[in-house]
Amino acid sequence: MKTLSALALGLLLCASGPALAQTVPDPAAPAPQASDGLEVTVSDDSEWQDLGIAITTFATDADVPTQTTAGSTGQLGQAIAQVVAGDLKNNGLFKPSGPAGLPRPTFPEVQAPNFPLWSTGGTDMLVQGYVHANGDGTLTVGCYLYDVALKQQLTKGGWKVGPADWRRAGHKCADLVYARLSGESPFFDSKIAYIAETGPKDHRMKRLAIMDSDGANHRYLTSGQAMALTPRYSPDYSKILYLSYLNGQPSVYAYDLASNSQKLIFRTTNPTMAPRWSPDGKWVLFSMSQGGRTDIYRVSSAGGGTPQRLTNGPGINIGGSYSPDGSKIVFESDRSGSQQIYVMNADGSNQQRISFFGGRSATPEWSPRGDLIAFTHIAGNLRVAVMSPSGQNMRYLTNSWQDEAPTWSPNGRIVQFFRTEKGSGVASIWQVDLTGRNERKLPTPVGASDPAWGPIRP
Amino acid sequence: MPSALSMPRHTKSGSMILLVAGALAMSACASKAPKELPPEPGPARTTTTPDSGQGLGARPGSQADFAAQMMGDDTIYFDTDKYDVDAVDQQALAKQAQWLLTYPNKMATIEGHADERGTREYNLALGERRANSAKNYLISLGVAANRLTTISYGKERPVALGSNEQAWAQNRRAVTVTID
Repeated sequence: MKTLSALALGLLLCASGPALAQTVPDPAAPAPQASDGLEVTVSDDSEWQDLGIAITTFATDADVPTQTTAGSTGQLGQAIAQVVAGDLKNNGLFKPSGPAGLPRPTFPEVQAPNFPLWSTGGTDMLVQGYVHANGDGTLTVGCYLYDVALKQQLTKGGWKVGPADWRRAGHKCADLVYARLSGESPFFDSKIAYIAETGPKDHRMKRLAIMDSDGANHRYLTSGQAMALTPRYSPDYSKILYLSYLNGQPSVYAYDLASNSQKLIFRTTNPTMAPRWSPDGKWVLFSMSQGGRTDIYRVSSAGGGTPQRLTNGPGINIGGSYSPDGSKIVFESDRSGSQQIYVMNADGSNQQRISFFGGRSATPEWSPRGDLIAFTHIAGNLRVAVMSPSGQNMRYLTNSWQDEAPTWSPNGRIVQFFRTEKGSGVASIWQVDLTGRNERKLPTPVGASDPAWGPIRP
Repeated sequence: MPSALSMPRHTKSGSMILLVAGALAMSACASKAPKELPPEPGPARTTTTPDSGQGLGARPGSQADFAAQMMGDDTIYFDTDKYDVDAVDQQALAKQAQWLLTYPNKMATIEGHADERGTREYNLALGERRANSAKNYLISLGVAANRLTTISYGKERPVALGSNEQAWAQNRRAVTVTID
């Protein structure tokens, strides 16, 4: 309660100063590991859906206009609560209620909840918050999670955000709640790069595009004149590697998001494809075809230098995904006669096949937690599956006509992939949890494929 | 170059040829890879100035001429996941090589494709491997290697739009396109 009042004091002061001790980068939600009761690994999410979480409209100390798209601080309070509720409900993890239809806490109540009111309505967890407009146009958003039965605050966070970034405060709050209740790392405050698709099947336009993890703040980065494929966000979100058919030559480019310019990662007359980052952002993997063969190379992301070839045929060796510690690479090769998954050391040594499931296995992606590899299994239909890094315990997460190219949420709990419709070939991006039971389609303005989920935003 | 085009002969056989040329142009379109900038085999030209010369209306040595002469053999087809050149493909490639040897200054690009039932990146590499198979066979028949380039579109440019075996068989292909 002492920190609470310190926070309240900060709140009172924040009109004249930089607000809470915690500003945007880190809500100081450090390791909500050990404490009272709620420590469960979300391996089966069904019981979580019984947990009643009420997400209330965030209060404000003064309902004043803001420079955000959401309106005044009062309207923003509702909009941010909607972002929080959307995040928590759309992943099959919880079944939250609100903000619509719930009582609206007053500003003083944010830090002193009316517990008797909530204890009667089947609410186990209560999320409250506030919005405060700072003099410089920025906003301070506070977020509080209470256990109604214990009448206790479980965690809190506060962030200062610019007007264009107001949704981030909602994602931060959702991350705080999710992390505290699940014991898992956060993942909502992240972005997704993907390929936006329009037009008929034989003349489909493919553009590089980005969006927030919930599909908001959508933006096209390329015009569609040159076909764009297979983007990958750099770990620091400054660049996107992708394949472009610019000048009629398929090559991997690094697109710089600050300058909106792009550079070839390696100048060659051979086609380059399937770009990937190392976890520390220092290396780029790409695949290059030459004389019908395709091999995987690694080159410094700083540019220059001769690429080092990591595979040496035969056939097609392509893709690659680093283990989180950067020591190993999982990749795809048809050296055995069909697409299968192999692991090698980061320098290319000790290449060993790990997929022995029948059918073909493709597009392996190492979980950021290190414990699983997601991939596409092809046996008639294309399905997303996971296995251990040694190729054990393979299980399907999806069962559809054509699901491919899994990518992990930053915390390794959700797998995102794209699904292609039989016939029309229309593609859409989906997310599924590790039980395979909770699937949802991401809202995108047009067709969407090749999703690449970036890390938690810096 | 327009001389061959601007000399219609007797109208009757001219219109007959026009029909044939039109049919060929259509079938060529049906089996050829749609590209960013598709070469216009020129239905407009053939309708206004039909001629009975070589190439059924196309200027000799042009891409339109190549497509017309090949009568579908500008494209070879592959089995699922395969990239080998079989006997049927060899006949088609021999026909292509003959044309290319007749016009030794022409450059050509071989476009490799895959069907939709594979993962995107692998299909790009597979398309490249198929294009390369065709290229190597043309080289073995005497076409200079420096006249031939390859490009893969993977599964991105289907000609047959269905999601069935027949459509996939048509899409697993390598198409030779000469550069005008």
